[in-house]
Amino acid sequence: MATEAISVRTPARGAGHDLRAIKVVLHREMLRFVNDRTRMLSMLLQPVLWLFVMGTGLGSLVQGSIPGVDFRTFMYPGMISMTVIMTGMFSAGSIVWDREFGFLREMLVAPVSRGAIVVGKCLGGALVATGQGVIILAMAGLVGIPYSPALMLTLLAEMFLAAFTITAFGVLLAARMKNMQTFFGLMQMAIMPMVFLSGAMFPLANLPSWLHFLTVINPMTYAVDPMRQAVFSHLDVPAQVNAALNPGVQWFGYQVPVPLELGLVAALGGVLLMFAVAQFRRAE
Amino acid sequence: MADQTAVAVRKLSKTYGKVEAVKGVDFEVPPGEVFGFLGPNGAGKTTTISMLCTLVNPTGGSATVAGYDVVRQRDDVRRNIGLVFQDPTLDGYLSAEQNLRFHAELYGVPKSVVGDRIRQVMEMVALWDRKDAKVMTFSGGMKRRLEIARGLLHSPRVLFLDEPTVGLDPQTRSAIWGYINQLRRMEDITIFMTTHYMDEAEYCDRIAIIDHGEIVVIDSPEALKASVGKDRVQIHTGDDARAIEALRERFDLDAAVHEGAVTFAVASGEEFVPRLFAELGMPITSVSVSRPSLDDVFMSYTGSTIRDAESGADTMAWMRTMARR
Repeated sequence: MATEAISVRTPARGAGHDLRAIKVVLHREMLRFVNDRTRMLSMLLQPVLWLFVMGTGLGSLVQGSIPGVDFRTFMYPGMISMTVIMTGMFSAGSIVWDREFGFLREMLVAPVSRGAIVVGKCLGGALVATGQGVIILAMAGLVGIPYSPALMLTLLAEMFLAAFTITAFGVLLAARMKNMQTFFGLMQMAIMPMVFLSGAMFPLANLPSWLHFLTVINPMTYAVDPMRQAVFSHLDVPAQVNAALNPGVQWFGYQVPVPLELGLVAALGGVLLMFAVAQFRRAE
Repeated sequence: MADQTAVAVRKLSKTYGKVEAVKGVDFEVPPGEVFGFLGPNGAGKTTTISMLCTLVNPTGGSATVAGYDVVRQRDDVRRNIGLVFQDPTLDGYLSAEQNLRFHAELYGVPKSVVGDRIRQVMEMVALWDRKDAKVMTFSGGMKRRLEIARGLLHSPRVLFLDEPTVGLDPQTRSAIWGYINQLRRMEDITIFMTTHYMDEAEYCDRIAIIDHGEIVVIDSPEALKASVGKDRVQIHTGDDARAIEALRERFDLDAAVHEGAVTFAVASGEEFVPRLFAELGMPITSVSVSRPSLDDVFMSYTGSTIRDAESGADTMAWMRTMARR
């Protein structure tokens, strides 16, 4: 057997080191995702079912009231968000998995900041979710949405933002969770109402006031609406159909502009991230 | 900043609620030593090691590892230690090499040496040819070897091994000891380990016997054995209770049943056996005489054998102990 041992000097902690830690946690997230084909498929199946089965079925019902627009076109941005949300949450849930199988310990005993690990995890989840969203994006043509580069880029960026925020939310949930069942139960409980109340499935115009209130306080609404506005701005739709399907979000009559909506999602993501880091700092 | 001592512990204690898991222990480990923490399950071994590894904050006292304080200089401690836990902490979905790369990045191993160093530690534990296999396909022994390799990757000054061979078959256990011994020759490293296997404690330079959260004694295995003096005799008879009584009446010896045999300590055991057969007055089906082992040391310092001290008797270890005699 050979030789002198190769001696390694590890550096004191610094920004460069934390950056490497973020990168490797992110990289692992990607590897895990690429290696898990089943997960990729199952995460895609649900939105595709909603879009093409539910969308087609409901579409035939409402066809008369929305002349010139395929109902699936309306649902499309919602389904992008749904994919992104499920994938992001699932990525976050792997923290619970890591805890159960011990790997979390390997990360937590390393001489890096907890922040780096949490940020890496959130970015990784966001990227993976965006990747998954790209597959839905590729189906745009099937529901009559043009492959305009500007639209695609806008959707991609909005997807990433939504994914980051939802992953941060998931990581916060997962921070103290000891087993997968609990996490997935909670995840279902959180996702279902968020999706239903976000305008992903039905337009938010002319809702009873209690329902309108719920949609306005649902953070996901502000992730779905910018995507829908982007899609509709690239469509040629009669004004009254646009008003019915793409009403935007209103606060007491104030039309919330897209930048503000995106800003809200980003701010929420930042706050959730901070809380998640704090949780991991505490969980010694 | 770093001083000569690899591990220095002063009145270190840990209380969970009302339970005193570790009751103010003191010890020092010089660099290059293989230091063993020996004791039954629940004696406070893992709690102590967790405090030294910065995973658990002590309730009292202080400790330095590689010259750094485990509470105030946590990251410095972490950079200078390698950890192998009882439970695996590998990602089964990644390949062996990917697991090590992850570790290298997390510990900031300079990029120029990562590849070579990974190869070196993996060759050392004879896993280089399996580097691309997913870890979930590995056996328990292979996983443990990979964890040892990973623990060494960043050239730690102190390697902590918490029960490194527990749950492994005898061949794998001896292989792991082979790596540990090789490690001492190749790398400038201090090894701090816990075990409840007596036969493994013999590989250590020094042992601390820990029981009920306190260190009972610290010395080299040889010195500890010499301090006991007497040989251990174990006999099997048809009626253990009568045999114990007979031993007391005729030889004035205190015997007790340990591990299924009537056991007692006596000076120069080999010379005693012929007398025993002649004078015990009852048939003996088998007899074994052993030089003081660490078992006896443990027994003489704590009043019970390590296996009796644990609820689940480890018959395997006992059978191996017998086989070596």
